[in-house]
Amino acid sequence: MGEPTSTLALDDSWQVAGRRFSSRLIIGTGKYKDYAQNAAAAEAAGAEIVTVALRRINLSDPTQPRLTDFIDPKRYTFLPNTAGCFTAEDALRTLRLAREAGGWSLVKLEVLSDQKTLYPDMIETLAATQVLVKEGFDVMVYCSDDPVFARRLEDAGACAIMPLGAPIGSGLGIQNPVNIRLIVEAARVPVLVDAGVGTASDAAVAMELGCDGVLMNTAIAEAKNPVRMARAMKYAVQAGRDAYLAGRMGKKRYADPSSPLAGLI
Amino acid sequence: MKIFFNGEEMHVEDGVTLTDLVAGLIVDTRGVAIERNLAIVMKSKWDQTILADGDRLECVQFVGGGF
Repeated sequence: MGEPTSTLALDDSWQVAGRRFSSRLIIGTGKYKDYAQNAAAAEAAGAEIVTVALRRINLSDPTQPRLTDFIDPKRYTFLPNTAGCFTAEDALRTLRLAREAGGWSLVKLEVLSDQKTLYPDMIETLAATQVLVKEGFDVMVYCSDDPVFARRLEDAGACAIMPLGAPIGSGLGIQNPVNIRLIVEAARVPVLVDAGVGTASDAAVAMELGCDGVLMNTAIAEAKNPVRMARAMKYAVQAGRDAYLAGRMGKKRYADPSSPLAGLI
Repeated sequence: MKIFFNGEEMHVEDGVTLTDLVAGLIVDTRGVAIERNLAIVMKSKWDQTILADGDRLECVQFVGGGF
């Protein structure tokens, strides 16, 4: 007998920059039909952190619904992100404004290279990380799946490393599991796969590789039924995490019967 | 005098403060941040900030956004 299931760690929480969370699934708040659907998806995902963007206030239509009317910043940790920034300077401006707007120092940095791939520009990303850390931000960093750059980011003071599984919004799944695993093994801060997840099994794969969490937006928002997919992702992340902790069986090249061979008639 | 608010040209009276300007434009200023000529003006300083001709203001708030 192994551990009785009742003692299997229900408290499998994780920490980033001194903040503790029990959900390992972070979801975005873009691309949904409306904020109501977004709120329902966040609920179904069991998310505790949601990424948010900073944009010019809309003067022409002040009656437009506000994100905070649907997703309560007291219940969810808002993670301001620099989506759409293509230079370190733009990302810095955005996050300084975000800190002023919301008072939060935990932020997600991403500096993109080009519209076609939205691949992270790692030179700009590293430069921005260094400045933000100096200014007292806790910086979770979207990055390429290069283990060397991941280490450089950690050395620069990043509080979480968030390599892409595949290009943003592509839904291609984890393209380079070897690199993700190398990053996980070397990191002393949380590692989350950010971008590229398409369906539940992709999220499970990320967790089975030992990641501390997964961040996704499009996989849920563009599903035919986003709320149901949000729930699927919750279970996939939990299942993948449990499988990682349980330790998978070894792979064999040939069959190995499950029933005893002794006593065959 | 002329200022630019989120890229749009606006005409305001001399001596108008940031608080005055915002009051006429935004109903709910929770979660709003303002940058004046690339420098953030903290909310507590809005009423001491008198606008000058040619000021470029960026006024932002949180919206839904993934990555």
